[in-house]
Amino acid sequence: MPALADGPLAQSKDANAHHAIWELLESVTDPEIPVVNLREMGILRAVRNGPQGLEVVITPTYSGCPAMGQMADDVAAALSAAGVAARVITQLAPAWSTDWMTPEARDKLRAYGIAPPAKNACATSAGSQVIAFAPRKGVGQPDTVACPQCGSSNTTEISHFGSTACKALYRCLACMEPFDYFKPY
Amino acid sequence: MAGYQDYLLHLADNALILAQRNGEWCGHGPIIEEDLALANNALDLIGQARMLYQHVATVRKDGKSSEDLLAYFRDVPEFKNYTLLELPHSTAILPTSRGDRDYAVTMARNFLYSALMVQVWDGLTRSSDAQLAAIASKSLKEAQYHLRHAHDWVLRLGDGTEESHRRMQAAFDYLMPFTQEFWTPSAMETAAVKTGAGVDVSTLRAEWEATVADTLMAATLKLPSSTGFVTTGKHGVHSEHLGFVLAEMQSLARAHPEAVW
Repeated sequence: MPALADGPLAQSKDANAHHAIWELLESVTDPEIPVVNLREMGILRAVRNGPQGLEVVITPTYSGCPAMGQMADDVAAALSAAGVAARVITQLAPAWSTDWMTPEARDKLRAYGIAPPAKNACATSAGSQVIAFAPRKGVGQPDTVACPQCGSSNTTEISHFGSTACKALYRCLACMEPFDYFKPY
Repeated sequence: MAGYQDYLLHLADNALILAQRNGEWCGHGPIIEEDLALANNALDLIGQARMLYQHVATVRKDGKSSEDLLAYFRDVPEFKNYTLLELPHSTAILPTSRGDRDYAVTMARNFLYSALMVQVWDGLTRSSDAQLAAIASKSLKEAQYHLRHAHDWVLRLGDGTEESHRRMQAAFDYLMPFTQEFWTPSAMETAAVKTGAGVDVSTLRAEWEATVADTLMAATLKLPSSTGFVTTGKHGVHSEHLGFVLAEMQSLARAHPEAVW
């Protein structure tokens, strides 16, 4: 069974019984970041038996991410190409977090030139802590991010929002290269 | 139940109308990074609106409601967004969105709204409506980024040059009275709070005011009075601007109903 990220659905016992499906879906990559697959991204949550047969559960990343429809289509296409009858279900809760990305996904992102997200996104966005962060401590500071090119932490945020909703734009002050940073979510 | 559907529509309409306004910067941003930022912000808001409209359509169970029907085939009096969100990006009264856009107005509005929504979505993660709680848990993460983005621009422009300071102050002076609408009660909100599905906005007011006051002080801006008038967008009585927003947004869908790609 493939290694799973830490999500509440990840320990589903059904996953064991559907090893072949997990294997099959290893080939379905993120449409915008083709070096990582949906399992590594924590988007593929479960393979299970539902009331109407096999169900593959995926979870959306950003609410308006235009790649979500593509991902659902890609999963359905991979299943049908292998002759597997299954429904693709999009499930909102629990909300996807970048903490669900596997260590291998983080390494692949870095090798691809995208700085992986800081950990513990969940902790900073947990509901009860929201009130405390707002007024007196400022509204959040840019994360310290290591440059994926040279490894230097001497980097600066150019823009909160980069080429896609999930990324911010940074620049390395050591090697002077700009790079994308996958924001904690 | 209609009261609760109205509450969901209120949340959805807020997101959709602000998305439409912020989307007007696409291709016109003051710098390329901000052009991208506003497009991303609008995309998040459209995503939130879609999830909420889909939820309304599911709750209605009338077999014909859909996210497209709700977004494209309702008229001005049926929209329940705050009036604040439909205003053009300008302190001057201009007849259409084509007038001069002032980025200070855009950032002041995004700041005032995001500061509220971070708290609203946080409260809604504990909603008795499981689907709304799920939508809130996603939207909260996005609202936090929107707040940080707008907050940083309020600081940068407020505590910037003489010109940027003047325009940021003018933006807050202009917009602040529209925030009165946040705190006035409405039947749909009262109904939603009663069932535990909604959040009582009046309990969020002190924290919101503290956030606004602290940020404006850090930005060397004066906190303007918010009194004078109370707008009624969430009751369906809008400014003259919403009709233009809807005309632009809905004309294609209405010219080609049920068209598919």
